[in-house]
Formats: sequence, structure tokens, C-alpha cells
Amino acid sequence: MTGFLKANWWKLLGVLLILYSIIAGFLIDVPDVKGNIGQSIRNLFFHVVMWFAMMVMFGTSLVRSLRYLSTFNMKHDLYAIQSANVGLFFGILGIITGMEWANFTWGTPWTNDPQLNGAAITILAYFAYLVLRRSIDEENKRARIAAVYNVFAFVMLIVFIGILPKLASGSLHPGAGGSPSTVNSLDFTMRLVFYPAIAGWIIVGYWLTGIRVKMANIRQYLDNPE
Amino acid sequence: MLLSEIKYLVLKDIKLEFKQRYAINGILLYVVSTIFVSYLSFADIIDSATWNSLFWIIMLFAAVNAVSKSFVQESTSRQLYYYTVASPQAIILSKMIYNFMLMGVLSLLCLLVFTSLMGEFVVNYPLFISALLLGSFGFASALTMIAAISSRTNNNFALMAILSFPVVMPILLTLMKVSSAALSVGTMAGNMKYLIALVMLNAIVIALSYVLFPYLWRD
Repeated sequence: MTGFLKANWWKLLGVLLILYSIIAGFLIDVPDVKGNIGQSIRNLFFHVVMWFAMMVMFGTSLVRSLRYLSTFNMKHDLYAIQSANVGLFFGILGIITGMEWANFTWGTPWTNDPQLNGAAITILAYFAYLVLRRSIDEENKRARIAAVYNVFAFVMLIVFIGILPKLASGSLHPGAGGSPSTVNSLDFTMRLVFYPAIAGWIIVGYWLTGIRVKMANIRQYLDNPE
Repeated sequence: MLLSEIKYLVLKDIKLEFKQRYAINGILLYVVSTIFVSYLSFADIIDSATWNSLFWIIMLFAAVNAVSKSFVQESTSRQLYYYTVASPQAIILSKMIYNFMLMGVLSLLCLLVFTSLMGEFVVNYPLFISALLLGSFGFASALTMIAAISSRTNNNFALMAILSFPVVMPILLTLMKVSSAALSVGTMAGNMKYLIALVMLNAIVIALSYVLFPYLWRD
């Protein structure tokens, strides 16, 4: 039992942090935000957290791709694709929670907003990455070419997300056009939930990646046992 | 060394083009037909926003079509030969330069046909044409790299479009911002920051391709 805990304490920590963020997220007193946000500010603990987790997973995928290109070790390629898969999962959850929130506060699930467009393009780019991988049969070639696209697309996406708000006339999201950013003006109790939630989802993201890597290894072994 | 390799490779591409001719004629005809189809279906464009979007959508698809041939029109054995005599950096840079020249001709022709059929909306021509040329360069460089990636797959043409849209989106949106200014009261000085942003985007794409392309071609 102690051995199990020693090896897996971080998974338990991740689950506990998420449980804490869900329970506390619904129970704590939130400041009375002006306008039409009101109690829906609690979605911050779920929606915004998803984007942090997604970017960390995509960042991990980028690092693994770079390491693959420098070592040509297939292990890194496996981690690159599985991190991208988990990142996409978080991204889709982020879009769903965001659409729900937008429907409540702005009256429509999708608006022409730089943040929304940036998110949509990011998700499209990683779906393209998955399609690219499917279309190459030979394993080493697939790993190499997918890694090149991963690096290329990630850098262009960072540039895109960076310049997009400057091109748009304004954003409905807080933090644009001089309005105070939500995260900077968070009061102390909300921070106590928000930061642990980010940590919890990132830990669970890494756990999910590990499980998917193991699954892929087993599947490969079943396909041709040697 | 690198410069002379690039020079020979670009000259090779141009000579090949003049010998075969179908590639450039095909793509010019494609642009003219697309514009004619939109002329017939739109009949009369009255606002500059529609004009602007339609122009750039046509340019985007023409660019994807024009550049997608870069790495597949020659046989694999001949490509193997190039790789033995030239460095991979020279190959990707020469393709970018050639595609830029192609896109430059294409975009100016597109502008000419588009204004004559869809009406003249451009107010500030120097601004619009500098955006057009920077955009051609951006499309050419980003799409050349994507063409190199998709030429290594089984499903080249469909993938070309899927892979390129996320990557050219920053260039396309910046271009549309500048050109919509050129259709109204925008000035060169007022839009200088966007033009500089386009130059920076091009620099990023070229630097990335220079570093990443050597990983693509070896088998």
C-alpha cells in the first residue's frame, strides 16, 4: 500500500485538487461582478483552466517533437502525439464550457471575437496534425514529418494568438481594450481555487498522456508481438 | 556557395516553366475563371468589405493551387538527384523565391482582372500593392513549406489545404486589415505597423523553414 502511494501520490494529488476546485468552486463566496456575469463567474474555475491545461499539453507536445528531431527516438514521438490528443480533449472541453458561458453572458454561443477565433484555429491546426499523421504509413517518416509540422504550426499559432487581438477592433473578453483582466483582478478567495484547479488539471493531463502512451504500446505489441 | 546554388535552382525552375508552360498558364486560367464565376454570381458588388473578402479568398485558393505543385511536378528520382548536388537549404529557399515570383505575377494579374470585372474599389494603390506583394511573399514562403510537408504524404492535394489554413491565417488576416484600409482612407504611414508585422511574419516563416526543411527530405 505504501509502495503504491509512493509511486502514485501525484495522481491522487491531481484528483484531489480537481475535486477541491469543483466543490470549493461552487461553495465559496464570489464577489458580485457587475453586469451580466454574476454568479457565472464560477465558470472561471472550469473554462479558463481548460485553456491553461491545453496550452501546457500542446507545449509538451512541441518539446517532445523537438526532442524527437534531435534524437530520433520513437518514444518522444509517441509522447508528442498523445500530449496533442489530450490537449485537444481539453481544448474541446474549453470550447464547450466557453460556449455555455457566452450563451449566458453575451446571449449567443459564438461571436466574432479574437479569443474565440484563436481557439478555433488552434483546434483546427491540431486536427490537421492528426490527419497528417494518418496519411503516412511508414512509422519513422510519419514521426519526422509530423514533428516538423508540429513545430511549424505551434510557432505560427503563438504568433497568431499574439497578433490577433491587435488586428481586431475589440474583444468581449475581459482584459482587452483597457478593461481589467479577470485573472489580474481576481480576489483572494477565487485565487485560492483558481490556481489549484490549474495545477490539478495539468497533473491529470500528464496522467492521461501516460495512460494513452501505455495503451498505444500495448496495441502495438498486440499487432505484432516480438 | 549557397547563393550560387539558389541561383541555379531558381533558373532551373524558370527554364522548366518556360519549357512546359502548362503550370503557369493553368494557374492563370484558374484565377481568371474563378473571378469570372464570382462576377457572374455576384453581379454587382456595392461595398468594399465584400470586395476585399472575395479578393483575398480567391488569392488564397489560387496560392494554394499554384504552390502545391512545387515538390510533386518532378519525379522522385530527379529530386533525389537535386538532393545529392545541392544543400536542402538551397532547395527550399530557391523554391520560395520561385514561388514568390509566380505569386507576384499571379497577384498583379488577379488585381487587374478583379478590378476590371468587379469594380474599382482601391483608393490607395501604393498601400494596396505593397500589401499585395508582401502577401504574395508570405503566401509563397508559408505554402512552400506546407507543400514540402504534404508532398511526403499519400494524399497530397487534400492535405495541402488542410495543413495550410491554420498556418497562413495570421498572414491572411493581417493582409485583409491593411487592404481594407487601402480601400478607404488608410495611409501608408498609418498602416506601417501592419506592413512591418507582415515582414516579421515572413522572416519567421523563412527562419523556421530553413531550420526544419532538412528533416523533411531525407528518407
